[in-house]
Amino acid sequence: MNKVVNDFSIIVGTKNGSGSSTANNTILRAIFKMGIPVSGKNLFPSNIQGLPTWYTIRVSKDGYLGRRDINEIVVAMNPDSFTRDLESVAPGGAFFYADDIRLPITRADIAVYPMPIKELVRSDPNIPTDFRDLVGNMVYVGILAYMIGIDIERIRSAIEFHFKKKAKPIAMNMGAVTAGYEWAKANLEKKDPYSLEPMNKTEGMIMADGNTAAAIGAIFGGAQFVAWYPITPATSLVEAMNDYFPMLRKREDGKHTYAVLQAEDELAAIGMAIGAGWSGLRAMTSTSGPGLSLMTEFVGLAYYAEVPVVIWDIQRIGPSTGLPTRTSQADLSFATNMGHGDSDTVVLMSGNINECFDFGWQAFDIAERLQMPIIVLSDLDMGMNQWMSKPFEYPQTPMDRGKVLTKKDLEELKGNWGRYLDKDGDGIPYRTFPGNKHPMSSYFTRGTGHDEYARYSEDAATFHRNMMRLKKKFVTAKQYMPKPVVYRSPGTKTAIVAYGSTESAIIEARDLLAGEQGIKADFMRVRAYPFTREVDEFLAAYDQVFVVEMNRDGQLHQLLSLAYPQHVMKMKSVAFGDGMPASAKWIREGILSQYAETAPARSVQKPAAKTKTVVKQSPPKRGTVKKTKTAKGGRKGVK
Amino acid sequence: MSALPMAGAPATTNRVGLTKNDYRGNPTTLCQGCGHNSISNQIITAMYEMSVLPETVVKFSGIGCSSKSPTYFMNRSFGFNSLHGRMPSIATGALFGDHTLKGIGVSGDGDTASIGMGQFKHVMRRNVNMIYIVENNGVYGLTKGQFSATAEKGLSLKKQGVNPYMPVDICMEALVSNATFIARSFAGNPRQVKELLKAAFAHKGIAVLDIISPCVTFNNQDNAYHSYAWGKDHEEPLHDITYIAPRSEIMLEREMEDGEVREVAMHDGSIVILKNLEKGYDPTNRFEALRALEEAQQNNWLVTGLIYVNTEKPSLAETYNLVDTPLNQLTDADLRPAPELLDKINELMF
Repeated sequence: MNKVVNDFSIIVGTKNGSGSSTANNTILRAIFKMGIPVSGKNLFPSNIQGLPTWYTIRVSKDGYLGRRDINEIVVAMNPDSFTRDLESVAPGGAFFYADDIRLPITRADIAVYPMPIKELVRSDPNIPTDFRDLVGNMVYVGILAYMIGIDIERIRSAIEFHFKKKAKPIAMNMGAVTAGYEWAKANLEKKDPYSLEPMNKTEGMIMADGNTAAAIGAIFGGAQFVAWYPITPATSLVEAMNDYFPMLRKREDGKHTYAVLQAEDELAAIGMAIGAGWSGLRAMTSTSGPGLSLMTEFVGLAYYAEVPVVIWDIQRIGPSTGLPTRTSQADLSFATNMGHGDSDTVVLMSGNINECFDFGWQAFDIAERLQMPIIVLSDLDMGMNQWMSKPFEYPQTPMDRGKVLTKKDLEELKGNWGRYLDKDGDGIPYRTFPGNKHPMSSYFTRGTGHDEYARYSEDAATFHRNMMRLKKKFVTAKQYMPKPVVYRSPGTKTAIVAYGSTESAIIEARDLLAGEQGIKADFMRVRAYPFTREVDEFLAAYDQVFVVEMNRDGQLHQLLSLAYPQHVMKMKSVAFGDGMPASAKWIREGILSQYAETAPARSVQKPAAKTKTVVKQSPPKRGTVKKTKTAKGGRKGVK
Repeated sequence: MSALPMAGAPATTNRVGLTKNDYRGNPTTLCQGCGHNSISNQIITAMYEMSVLPETVVKFSGIGCSSKSPTYFMNRSFGFNSLHGRMPSIATGALFGDHTLKGIGVSGDGDTASIGMGQFKHVMRRNVNMIYIVENNGVYGLTKGQFSATAEKGLSLKKQGVNPYMPVDICMEALVSNATFIARSFAGNPRQVKELLKAAFAHKGIAVLDIISPCVTFNNQDNAYHSYAWGKDHEEPLHDITYIAPRSEIMLEREMEDGEVREVAMHDGSIVILKNLEKGYDPTNRFEALRALEEAQQNNWLVTGLIYVNTEKPSLAETYNLVDTPLNQLTDADLRPAPELLDKINELMF
């Protein structure tokens, strides 16, 4: 049996609400602290308690953090998902299960390990009856620790971290871990090849989820007002702000420089944030698809009345309520086109944990500079799952509060100013804040037609002039947009374009394509809309460009096609949305199914009809990929 | 404060050195004789008489005829004419910008009791520091005459037929939502409107003024329930009714006494019965307030005066224990945590 070291996935199947998250986080942290790159994904149902839920832990010596379709080690704690869990073990893999589940073991091609969880917990006098189920999860941590080699001291420090040094729960949980460990040592014989060995690949790295990163980034961006309404998967962003505000903005007088308000709905949440943005605060809200839909009318008002506000959209899969606990990148078209009438929205697209932090503060600078609503797109996979990342970096630039006139400024101007006057020729006007005591400071904000001095106007020429200035402002916006991130491999005329959290899976897919198929592809991750010059230049440089995204319709592909019709012929859409995070496997297969050995020409002369019919709604079909060994078709979701 | 010099002889000034003109707004574009204009005028007078610095007031509104009116008073105050039914959320957020400012919001019965009912109730319970005026005429004016949720049952309108539903009582809704200042008046009773405005301004927290403000144009069906004819046929009218021709404002000819019940003819000939609260009425008693409103509803009265006040509850800004400096005047140093704190955060991310 060949040993497989530091390169496999573990999936734990439990019941939602059974308290397994502490156990799973403990495993994750302990492996991370052993220096091995690791990532954790929670695949959970929309339910408080009872439905099956899975936690996947991917260990990757090469540092790949994306989802894998294969699970070598499966831990089955839930009778309801036992059969599925058993089927999902990769051939040659390992299956651990709670031995009180009395169901047939139907596989002979895997190692099977029954675990006497209940018995071990019952025999520990230190575990009170009500805690047995919760602590029972720690028993599989101990058994796994022995069987695959998780450092027990790392487990101890992970538990200490989790329980914030509180002696009693630490002792109780550690007791269960030790019991599992000792039992495995005495009773189990290793029959599978998977094990861990310490590395030094996580030194100086952190582990965080995107929502926490965004929350802390926003606080370092001087966030002052947050209004929100609970919605999965955006809730934990504001909850993290509640957690970190007191520590990060602590003052000697005990008073607050910020306010967080849970509104009655998303309409009120965005309304409050816009009110606060209007009055000069760094204001934000955090929501997901259905909430963003509700916010639409207000976003149009903020666009037209020119009020800065930051909206985090942690995407989940729609339409409608969709799968509330599953990820997606399908709000892009909507986010870039919010509001009735002619309107534009600036959209930032964070692709990793560091960017969640960076956009946390940068979004305020951009919003106040442009006096516009800014939508930051993240998603459930990035927002709620744990990712290894570089440490957060302190903001490199001071806060940009944009064009604001103080009382003193108005004195110098002798009160001569106009709220919507394009003084600088960049489409961005000056504003004042309520509370400015200069008698000429005030203006009247409205969503109705207005002139340069914010006076009500129904004059056709005035209306048109204002709309054209807003358009000019949107062009100005480009200079404030983060540039795309580009990964190159010299000599190729093939490229991948994507946005957001698919980055890690794409990096892995590029390696697979290069290694197994000999196909090299450059990669551009777009980070903002409106697109900047660099996006155009990148597209221009390749013969075929695959636009990869987690939605049905290829929304980024559509957006790029509209922005750059000259490149339409070379762009191919690799789009798929089923609620699961992208895996390198489906990206590779999606690309291969449309890959042209001799690349199509660069463009406009070719008939347009054919390339428009690229497969979008289904994953790569079975058998379409000849060169891959594992071309088993689409993504099957949780097994 | 001489940035806006007025022509002519020096006018009388108030304690902050301003003339009444400093409190005026643009000329109204509402219908001639609209009660809303009278309310705007009383706001101007009340603020002038109280020597309120206009820069310390922020005006808010939603959408509708009433919501246009913040343009017609206090040009020197900031204003935000927002979305239909969403004034409360805009005001709630905006007043966090500078907690020393006072909000004056003007809404209508459609803006508040229909599309905005949810936000109305929540701004009450949050005790946002603002005056919330409902210019209540029971009809949608800007869309040319549909029932609002405060229209009385049985009222008929030209293109709508007869209203089959019980009306929403703004004051009752405010009371059950734990508003801390609730009053009702009539646009044609300028003195009472003004005095209530002053009291509302002095109140820390939400102050609801439900002001009956007849629509001169669209509430125009003459066989309405509570009609002039109905009033005339009534055996013992409580007092004489003066009919005022349409397109001029309806004003009370004489101040109402405590406890007095008076019928007032609307432009269409319909009648509103006002009842001033009794002299011994205790507006700090919430139970009494509920009783008075219920009694009024039974009798088809619109009870006027200060219905309820509670000065004990902290306003929203007070609940948040904010720094003394208005939030919108804080500097980068107040807002961006030090680099050492980020190092600490990075250590925690494990």
